[in-house]
Amino acid sequence: MNFDPRFSGRKFTSVGTRPIRPDGVDKVTGRARYGADFNMAGQLVGRVLRSPHAHAKIRKIDTSKAEKLPGVKAVITAADLPDLTDGDAAMYDVLDNCMARGKALYDGHAVAAVAAVDARTARQALKLIEVDYELLPHVTDVDEAMKHSAPLINDAIFTEGLEEKPVKPSNVTKRSQFGHGDVHQGFGHADFIVERSFKTEQTHQGYIEPHACVASVSSDGTADLWVCTQGHFVYRQHCAQLLGMEASKLRVTSSEIGGGFGGKTHVWAEPVALALSRKAGRPVKLVMTRDEVFRASGPTSATSVDVRIGARKDGTITAAEATLRYSCGPYAGSWAEIGAMTAFACYRLDNVKTVGYEVLVNRPKTAAYRAPSAPMAAFAVESAVDELAKEVGMDPVEFRIRNAAQEGTRSSYGPVYGPIGIGPTLEAAKSHPHMKAPLGKNQGRGMACGFWFNFGGQTCTDLNIGMDGSVSLAVGTVDVGGSRASLSLVAAEELGIAYEQVKAIVADTSSLGYNDMTDGSRGTFSSSMATISAARNAIKILRERAAQMWDISVDDVVWENGHAIAKGEKHGNLGRLSLKEIAVASGKTGGPIAGHSELVADGAGVSFATHICDIEVDPETGATRVLRYTVVQDAGKAVHPTYVEGQYQGGAAQGIGWALNEEYIYGKDGRLQNPGFLDYRIPVCSDLPMIDTQILEIPNPNHPYGVRGVGETSIVPPLAAIANAVSNAAGVRMTHIPMSPPRILAAIEAKRAG
Amino acid sequence: MVEVTLWGSLGAAAGGKNKVEIEAKDIRELFRKLAEQYPGLEPLIDRGIAVAIDGTIYRDTWSKELPEGSEIFLLPRLAGG
Repeated sequence: MNFDPRFSGRKFTSVGTRPIRPDGVDKVTGRARYGADFNMAGQLVGRVLRSPHAHAKIRKIDTSKAEKLPGVKAVITAADLPDLTDGDAAMYDVLDNCMARGKALYDGHAVAAVAAVDARTARQALKLIEVDYELLPHVTDVDEAMKHSAPLINDAIFTEGLEEKPVKPSNVTKRSQFGHGDVHQGFGHADFIVERSFKTEQTHQGYIEPHACVASVSSDGTADLWVCTQGHFVYRQHCAQLLGMEASKLRVTSSEIGGGFGGKTHVWAEPVALALSRKAGRPVKLVMTRDEVFRASGPTSATSVDVRIGARKDGTITAAEATLRYSCGPYAGSWAEIGAMTAFACYRLDNVKTVGYEVLVNRPKTAAYRAPSAPMAAFAVESAVDELAKEVGMDPVEFRIRNAAQEGTRSSYGPVYGPIGIGPTLEAAKSHPHMKAPLGKNQGRGMACGFWFNFGGQTCTDLNIGMDGSVSLAVGTVDVGGSRASLSLVAAEELGIAYEQVKAIVADTSSLGYNDMTDGSRGTFSSSMATISAARNAIKILRERAAQMWDISVDDVVWENGHAIAKGEKHGNLGRLSLKEIAVASGKTGGPIAGHSELVADGAGVSFATHICDIEVDPETGATRVLRYTVVQDAGKAVHPTYVEGQYQGGAAQGIGWALNEEYIYGKDGRLQNPGFLDYRIPVCSDLPMIDTQILEIPNPNHPYGVRGVGETSIVPPLAAIANAVSNAAGVRMTHIPMSPPRILAAIEAKRAG
Repeated sequence: MVEVTLWGSLGAAAGGKNKVEIEAKDIRELFRKLAEQYPGLEPLIDRGIAVAIDGTIYRDTWSKELPEGSEIFLLPRLAGG
């Protein structure tokens, strides 16, 4: 790779404009094809049998009756997905999660699957599969699971990260620690100390589109997979590994995606669909029901967090520490580790310590959810910061500004920051009209900050110039939030042509080199870097072709505003050549014109946001109404500002649901009680105010246009901002998310009772 | 010679050290020598470690040079949503 990613400070023509989204018409007319919209000739219907038990040994599975049912073409169990993971513990967990091997570890864990000629037959077949379970004691609460008396979920797990190697197995898979300075000494210098414990319940990403795929394995060993995913190249790698296939023989095509938010970064149904197709010899379509989506895919961690922060009378924080316990489901993860890294990242601290514990529970395997783990840590820290500001007697915004990290600050997770936007977002919030708007009775205002790392990754892009001068851009990062529009703008900017001349598509895994998935807010950051590189490679060829057409040296040809221009007085009589003119002549100057790029987009700039929220609380019922909500966030450079605003609003909307209503509720039997949108309540339009946004642009020095990721940070502050607003409105500190009406009412009544 | 800071838990796998000095010109050489000198780190490196160079986090650019005098910080490789 010979590409200079440094920020150049250029002026923009296309980038920063707001053209109509290219996928809009298809999506509103129903023409867009999502995961379940694809069909193949002879396709069968796949269905999965799931454990009704939270924790059980599988003594025997008898599939004989199901196999004899007319119309059933294949029945599979774990025996049909042998362990090919070769010691890769993380992949073994993925395999076990796709199909239980010996033990069912949560309510909803897959134990068998069928492929049949229609859905009715498939459902009948599931009822004919006999599973002999031996029930085991279970634990679903993160704090309960840490107790010595808790049922062990995996007796091969010994806690990592302890100074002394443990001699007994535990549900705690790992301890991690971050920080610097001496917190004991720091607290000694504090005039005020706030210490509190917080809990957050498990939530689901709540994507509207369920997991869906169509798998077709041919008798020659090649296969196709059409799937709703955030990363079809990653799905190809994982499926190929789990099924013992060569990756190149499995072509994966990503559909449109009806929401992912981290939940579609992991395979669940896809290896099962491929195994069914391989056994049946026919294509198999597998679409999860909503019940299955809740019980068996995606949720984020439930958490329990203790926070302690001290400050001097002048408002300077002297020490901060937190202990964070995050549930991982029944498999090891690093969710608390991320929470421990992000918890105090907004602040300039001389003495800070965070400790994270990863905890196994009998719940579905935890998956990333938009800035995974950061919102829960921010809820605890920002609630305590608000309370500490009150103790000190400072305005909460001023208190945060006083302690905000800045360029040169050592972050709480280790490295020293470069240019960052926490200070500017706080200053923007301070001067925003929202902060000065009057509040009525039972109304409260809250604000909070949030941080997310952002990252880049492996990226490959093709830019092809058609004979008519139109441009096709093939990218390998799935478009989850408008990247086809933003990348078209970037291609237009580099080439100096109109946005309308560019058409971006997401190419399948056989058409491009490997791309990491769209996660970590990397889609536009990474693929725009690759698009700039590909466009510059194409411009090099365009200049060569123009030189041929003019019969002059390529060194005398420059590219400006979409045209080749012959420089120097000796070429004064030559007019300029447009991209279209060069493209039309390409057949006679060397053939097709294209630019390619493969690179690792590293150096994603960290991102900060500040949110403001007004809430009204009904003191008689505990019901809440969000009156006003404002998001201020640094985008580095907003390539398509409307999409950036959409990301800000989307994160806030999901955060509002998480803060106020969403919650996995388990019964004593370890079964999920509310696996549906009627009982698991995500916000609908009538629950939300217009979410106001303010984009700040503090350029990322490691991207040619200054772009930072924007997709995840917006979900970090809402839990805390809303908790601070509710606490101010109700007059009592809320420490348990979600702040559903019963919890708020209980807190108000407890306060009344003294 | 560069000074490398290890995050808290990583230090435990390096014999309790939170700073080590390594003669390395780029991230690839850094990881190779760390694994040689501190075998306990090898499985963690295989699992994935990110390197922050003067505050900028690199996850995959193993050819990235480590400038003399720069701040090198090892971090867990992160998941995203």
